[in-house]
Amino acid sequence: MQRATFLLGGLAAALLATTPANAQNTVKIGVVMSFSGQFADPGAQIDNGIKLYMKQNGDTVAGKKIEIIRKDSGGIAPDVAKRLSQEVIVRDGATILAGYDLTPNALAAADVSAQAKTFMVNMNAATSVITTKSPYMARTSFTVYQLNEALGAWAYKNGVRRAYTLVSDFGPGWDGEAAFQKGFKDAGGEIIGSARYPVANVDFTAFVQRAKDVNPDGIYIWVPGGPQPAALGKAIAERGIDKSKVKVMGQGELTYEEALKSMGDAGLGLITAFHYDYNHQSAKNKAFVAAYNAEFKRNPDMFSVGGYDGMHLIYETLKKTNGNTDPDALIAAAKGMKWESPRGPMSIDPETRDVIQTVYIRRVERVGGHLVNVEFDKIENVKDPWKARLPK
Amino acid sequence: MTSTSAALAGPHEHLRAQDRWRAIEVVFWLATLLPFLVTPNYLSLASQVAITALFALSLDLILGYAGIVSLGHAAFFGFGAYAAGILSKHGWGEPLSGLLFAGIAAGLLGYLMSFIIARFRHLALIMITLGFGLLLLEAANSAGWLTGGADGLQGVRMWPLLGMFRFDLYGFTAYWYSLILLFLLFLVSRRLINSPFGLSLRGIRENSTRMRAIGAESRAHIRKIYTISAAMAGIAGGLLTQTTETVSLGVLDFQRSADILVILVLGGAGRLYGGLIGAIIFLVARDQFSGINPQYWYFPIGVLLVVVVLFLPGGILGGLAQITGSERFQRMVRPLMVWRGKSP
Amino acid sequence: MITSVFGVLFDGFAYGMLLFLLSVGLSVTLGMMNFVNLAHCSFGMIGGYVTVTLMNSMGWPFLATLPVAFVVAAITSVLFERTMFRRLYRASDLDQCLLTIGLVFVSVASAAYVYGTIQQPVNLPSYLRGSYTIMGVTLGAYRLFLIAISLVITALLVLSLEYTRFGAQVRAAVDNQRMARGLGINVDGAFAVTFALGSGLAGLGGALAIDIVGLDPSFALAYLVYVLIVVSVGGLGSIGGSFAAATLLGISDMAGKYYFPEIGSFLIYLVMVGLLMWRPAGLFGRRS
Repeated sequence: MQRATFLLGGLAAALLATTPANAQNTVKIGVVMSFSGQFADPGAQIDNGIKLYMKQNGDTVAGKKIEIIRKDSGGIAPDVAKRLSQEVIVRDGATILAGYDLTPNALAAADVSAQAKTFMVNMNAATSVITTKSPYMARTSFTVYQLNEALGAWAYKNGVRRAYTLVSDFGPGWDGEAAFQKGFKDAGGEIIGSARYPVANVDFTAFVQRAKDVNPDGIYIWVPGGPQPAALGKAIAERGIDKSKVKVMGQGELTYEEALKSMGDAGLGLITAFHYDYNHQSAKNKAFVAAYNAEFKRNPDMFSVGGYDGMHLIYETLKKTNGNTDPDALIAAAKGMKWESPRGPMSIDPETRDVIQTVYIRRVERVGGHLVNVEFDKIENVKDPWKARLPK
Repeated sequence: MTSTSAALAGPHEHLRAQDRWRAIEVVFWLATLLPFLVTPNYLSLASQVAITALFALSLDLILGYAGIVSLGHAAFFGFGAYAAGILSKHGWGEPLSGLLFAGIAAGLLGYLMSFIIARFRHLALIMITLGFGLLLLEAANSAGWLTGGADGLQGVRMWPLLGMFRFDLYGFTAYWYSLILLFLLFLVSRRLINSPFGLSLRGIRENSTRMRAIGAESRAHIRKIYTISAAMAGIAGGLLTQTTETVSLGVLDFQRSADILVILVLGGAGRLYGGLIGAIIFLVARDQFSGINPQYWYFPIGVLLVVVVLFLPGGILGGLAQITGSERFQRMVRPLMVWRGKSP
Repeated sequence: MITSVFGVLFDGFAYGMLLFLLSVGLSVTLGMMNFVNLAHCSFGMIGGYVTVTLMNSMGWPFLATLPVAFVVAAITSVLFERTMFRRLYRASDLDQCLLTIGLVFVSVASAAYVYGTIQQPVNLPSYLRGSYTIMGVTLGAYRLFLIAISLVITALLVLSLEYTRFGAQVRAAVDNQRMARGLGINVDGAFAVTFALGSGLAGLGGALAIDIVGLDPSFALAYLVYVLIVVSVGGLGSIGGSFAAATLLGISDMAGKYYFPEIGSFLIYLVMVGLLMWRPAGLFGRRS
């Protein structure tokens, strides 16, 4: 029986391979990310961003029909992500790779992009080093260094002198810790303590209590999405940390929409640095949020905007190359591309192919009965500082 | 499965009868070459299947033949994967010696673990294997300087196999490399199982107290097979590293331990081919279902597992053996058996 | 110093009670009936989604949703028990594993289909939020609530299983089916009711846990390991054992994270392995 599926699959593949006439007018984009498992929701939101962009802008660009081939890497599995990226190129004839929610997966797929010379749009994975691994890759999300080094400098400028850092004990958390500490210390601040909590941590009281014990005037937190932000926010309120005296800061995941709903008033006053929020005030974003809600019955988040802008980048580069999918032409077209995104102005750095954008500093406030992130400060045109320090 | 006459003739006769190659086995192994001809676009998947089959086979040696249920077998798979990866990262990218290194490293870890494993049974055993697996995962996460932490190990580069064959984008080299290793280690397992040692293992599985009473060194046996199994799992892990040039914490995940158990039980534990069949069905079904719908493919896979348990208890091979062994089926096929000269 | 010790003890105990609530149902199904129910957390997930749906779409108060979570999870489980699980009571552990893992996969996909993959928000009533400070020790209101509920459940379970006629029948049916049947006990009924009880408790545990651990379709798999740890350390078939194990694990985990955060992630597994090597049958286990 298993042989039969094997054969059928092979037959289908053979059929696809023998009909290249169709392929001339089609550009196939292999979207590889987690559609199932623990990271299914980011995957779903990125995909929603892709779908909405294609609905608004049609599925034909520069005379070519765009076809999306979705592949599920199912979580942290670079071997699977790499295989799927290979397969989508050799089996399905994709000429562009896109998606990539997690750093290890994006790094593995970067090898494929470099080897097979395929244009690749990283729509989420946020570790700085990723874009250096393939000369054909551009990124439309953010980097951890970009947001948190800016936040560290901002914290000092706004009165924090003695800070405590609490981060998730894995790669991105370490990056967040290092970036914030660098920005903060370079400005003149002092780190008086730090802790890393286990990736699978459930209850945060012990960690928050430790932070409170050393009496800092700023607490920095790096937490991935999922249930942890809400648990942390509640623990901070429950331990009686007064946010008017101690600034509690973090990267935007700390106060994402569902986390704020769970936190309730416990979330008030949290300060975060981020590149996008559905509450960002601009006409472009209002229209985006409305269209998104009409389509998917929920608000867009940073994942959605990464997918949306990623598709925008692909469409615009194809327009510039006139439908040519030559990877060198595509990446050349992508370099230096500027546009107005729902998140505000953004561009692709011509040197590093990484994203340049505004970092917003937001505070959680109650507006019209809902808790939202209100932008009250911003740092414009932020590049990835990690790459700026790389020896040239 | 066993022919009664041979069993009556004494244990050595019985083992020899078991060791004889059946036509269906030859067909099976010939069929593993089909992907080269029929589905050349699926070779990466095929090599993934071969590696998973090897991993499942390693679990079968301890679970199916010695009754050691493990929910932490990914520890050895992952240890081998990291061993091969770290070796390559530090400048030695020769695949065969790297694989040997992975096998020895995982085997050593298995040997150390086996002193603990051999003392426990039942739920405590399952949970201790699970605990050690998770401890190793946490250790790999913390030791970022060695393993690259959550970002995965960077800089794994393999030299061409035998100095000639590069690991290509199509997975051609990857598949025949994995397939040959699977076949060789399958031969080793087959000999092992059909030896007096294998027979006493099965005795331990059925009743360890009694085995001790008749003088069989059950703990020493368990230590030995556990070490062998760990080394094989390590080789499977090393293969994954080498054929994909990536290693990440996912190789040590609880999910990987659980998946491999599911794959083995799905195919049929204690039947050499169980893990192989399980790996083929599980991974091909997953590939096809997730191709149709990347979001909800868990649903049909789950239904598949439920259906197998309800209609083919003992896994696919176990269920089939029960059906083919039944009176009614025997009566149905007896005329054919006579023709093949196999009637008792 | 002293207050921090008390604080850690209290928070650890509360965390332990969370683990206990999630796992006590499994200690009934796996422990008493010897059925390896890896779908335990799927029933917990049902309870969680029931609570979230009633609160967010129908505006029910949190407390009122809890009994419903119990009942819906229990009824669902009986449907499965009558159609599937029952046929496998005498099958091998491995077949039971495979069947229930299959159901976990189905439940994960179904939840993703119906509710989406989004993290479900839970908005607790104000009297369960915030905290009280007593002699310098901060006591979270929801933590006090969890502890109270756990104590009540433990008392009810121990009383009903050890001291009532029904409890005696269940224990008889589980220990020796044929003998029990011979004595005129409705064995099928006893099994169904016990299974419903275990899964209902899972549903209740799920509903109570989501405020702390969150709820999305991966719930069914994510907490399976913790649940298995509590039941195995406690000892099969012992409610008191699960209670003691959960307390011990919760307090050691919390104390470890407070005093030695560097090894915080290793602690719960180290404690489990250590305890099981010392007592393979679990703290209160009669058999292994």
